[in-house]
Amino acid sequence: MKNNAVLEMKGICMTFPGVKALDNVDFTLKKGEIRALMGENGAGKSTLIKCLTGVNKFEAGEIYIDGIEGSVVNRDTLDAQKKGISTVYQEINLCPNLSVAENLFIGREPLTKLGTVNRRKMNAQAAQLMKDLELDIDVTRDLEEYSLAMQQMIAIARAVDMECKVLILDEPTSSLDDNEVEKLFGMMRRLKEQGVGIIFVTHFLEQVYAVCDGITVLRNGQLVGEYDIEELPRVKLVAAMMGKDFDDLAAIKQEEIKDFSGEPLEIDAKGLSHAGTIKPFDLEIHKGEVVGLTGLLGSGRSELARVIYGADRNQSGTLKVDGKERRIKNPIDAMGLGMGFLPDDRKAEGIVGDLSVRENIILAMQAKLGPMKKIPMHVQNEIADKYIELLQIKTASRETLIKQLSGGNQQKVILARWLATDPDFLILDEPTRGIDVGTKTEIQKLVVQLAQEGKSLIFISSEIEEMLRVCNKMAVLRDGAKVGEISGNMTQESVLSAIAGGDRNE
Amino acid sequence: MKNPTLHNMKKPRIGSHTIMLMITIVLFIVLYGAGCVMYANKEFGRLQNFLNVLINNAGLLIAACGITCVMLTGGIDISVGSVVAMTCMFMSVGLAEWGMSSGVLIAMILCIGLVFGAVQGYCIAYLEIQPFIVTMAGLFFARGMTAVISKEQVSVPFDSWFGQLSQIKVEMPFQIGAYLNKKGVLMVPYVRITVVVALVMVLITFLMLRYTKFGRSLYAVGGNQQSAALMGLNVKKTKLLSHVLCSFYATLGGLCFCLNTMCGTPTQATGLEMDAISSAVIGGTLLTGGVGNVIGTLFGVMINGTISSLVKFNGKLVASWANIITAILLCFFILLQAIFAKIKERKK
Repeated sequence: MKNNAVLEMKGICMTFPGVKALDNVDFTLKKGEIRALMGENGAGKSTLIKCLTGVNKFEAGEIYIDGIEGSVVNRDTLDAQKKGISTVYQEINLCPNLSVAENLFIGREPLTKLGTVNRRKMNAQAAQLMKDLELDIDVTRDLEEYSLAMQQMIAIARAVDMECKVLILDEPTSSLDDNEVEKLFGMMRRLKEQGVGIIFVTHFLEQVYAVCDGITVLRNGQLVGEYDIEELPRVKLVAAMMGKDFDDLAAIKQEEIKDFSGEPLEIDAKGLSHAGTIKPFDLEIHKGEVVGLTGLLGSGRSELARVIYGADRNQSGTLKVDGKERRIKNPIDAMGLGMGFLPDDRKAEGIVGDLSVRENIILAMQAKLGPMKKIPMHVQNEIADKYIELLQIKTASRETLIKQLSGGNQQKVILARWLATDPDFLILDEPTRGIDVGTKTEIQKLVVQLAQEGKSLIFISSEIEEMLRVCNKMAVLRDGAKVGEISGNMTQESVLSAIAGGDRNE
Repeated sequence: MKNPTLHNMKKPRIGSHTIMLMITIVLFIVLYGAGCVMYANKEFGRLQNFLNVLINNAGLLIAACGITCVMLTGGIDISVGSVVAMTCMFMSVGLAEWGMSSGVLIAMILCIGLVFGAVQGYCIAYLEIQPFIVTMAGLFFARGMTAVISKEQVSVPFDSWFGQLSQIKVEMPFQIGAYLNKKGVLMVPYVRITVVVALVMVLITFLMLRYTKFGRSLYAVGGNQQSAALMGLNVKKTKLLSHVLCSFYATLGGLCFCLNTMCGTPTQATGLEMDAISSAVIGGTLLTGGVGNVIGTLFGVMINGTISSLVKFNGKLVASWANIITAILLCFFILLQAIFAKIKERKK
């Protein structure tokens, strides 16, 4: 073991059916170091972490942990925890039906002399822990009463409290807003001072540079290199991840501001609302226009889109599609009118894990045609192959089960599903979340291309830079109400100030 | 308690689960109260009648507690009724025809319960077969075994130690609810020993669910299985044990059932598993797992029992009316749960 190292992984190899997921990967983490683990989707980040935490069984290689003699193989996550390796995953892995305190302490509850769970002590310890982390939470309440962001913080609190040597944060920030991200970073820095080594997996490049000391880059299951933060500026990092010279993301920026007021309206919503989530709003979308929905997390961006699509039924107002007034009662109606909707929660609302890539792509098309009309197999294959190639979906074959694909590739399959229905109007809710930079650029390019073909789109994203790149117009939301629209010469500053509010008359 | 700032001063808000339980309890009180008013002339309101509901349903109550534990993990066990029947038959035949001693038989039966549950649990947890299928096989097996042991009805001999148990009356302390019958004899309300066993099991189960690691694991597994595994809980072992527990409770419930009927027949306790499941659901246990407790189940069983009792007191209605009322109640509670779930979603 090298000096100062808290964790060393050497020559890790692991194979999934048909894919070499990890090929001789090394990884070193020093005490008190925050190291970013970077790579595109399917590069092997998650697999490497799962090997470390005992979820995956690797075929070759050794793992050394500070203070433990000889190489270590973790049987399961509990085993890994006992050896000082704690993990916070991308999807929140807590039990919503238990109290916050129980979620913090389950598996290691303080016991009474009788061997039963000492609930009073557990609640007191949990409250103290929350106080230390400056979280204002009633620990006796059920976890499901708190927002996703809060749940994520609780998951991190649980990991932090485990006396850990190595803390793994796997995409912990994807459901947090800026304020909460800053809180998390504060927490990370404090732990770093205590000598904890932190592995940070994220797709937000700026976050890497805000908090990390070093970067390890993987590509296609192989180690590209281990770098200090100074020696790898952003452009070089992206290049290392993609394995090619990087044409700047800004390349697809719109050259000129196009005026859509002359184009016919695709969507004309007047006073649509949904009780409890969305206050009445008007929205006009012209043919060929990309409209962004922006606002803070929880401001009602997704909900507004769901109302238009009929996933949540509107309770007031009228909706004109292509000039005709329509009542959309459910998504099938919307699909019949040429709409498509890519939801943000791809696990719950998007993929059907036990179906193949082909079947997942065909799904919406089939739904549109109705269950009685069969799409001939050769047509299905053709469509599947077309989109696998077009979107560069990394899959062993079109018959591979979608759950075996990495997150970003699953996202691409769902996108393909909607593209296959040839919609006139497409809603993309966070289509690039959790996706690597290269794929992001491809999806952005695709959006612009679709608009040029005359399709209308709603684009929702937490990244303003991305919105600026693809949107012609943005609707700003705050607390479920549409508070303004910005168009024309949009800049990061103008969007941010619109979101933050102040001049509500904009 | 030394440092008051450690404790959150906010009062814990009443959650939807608590409200569900309250509704169940209120419903029970309303049902029973209605009975007292409607059948006042038939003395429905007498304490002994209330206790009879307990006596008649002691076996069901124990079985329902076991099923609640399985349902908490998100599983199901439909073999319970057959296991109860098998227990009754084994006990009756063992005593009447094989001449075995009561103690040995009870020990054997409880062990059979453990093994039965372990086999089912192993198939479900480790071989990952659907619980419905596995326990359906268990249902047929146990029902078949019952008929194999004897095709005829066999009575439990009263002179056996086990038979004697059925004669024990546990009278209410301080003669609560005592009354003079027509002959002027003081009647003190009583329960059978089965009721004492059942209530003790409810208490033990309640404490186990709330205060032991195993109990909390059941909730965790039901809440989110993957999370539970990642938080270091042994999901498979928890599921296996929940089924061992359930079948064990079923055999214990079967013994109580046997003390009540004093016989074994190949067809008895048919559909008891459905009564147990419906009791648990009416008591607030979610079929999807993670929510519920045995206090709710206790009231669920009492509601089911009260309905049967009401139908019986009416005298004119066919017993099947009890099923129809239970069906309506089930719909009502499932609807209620769905509404609460919607409200919760809306709040987010």
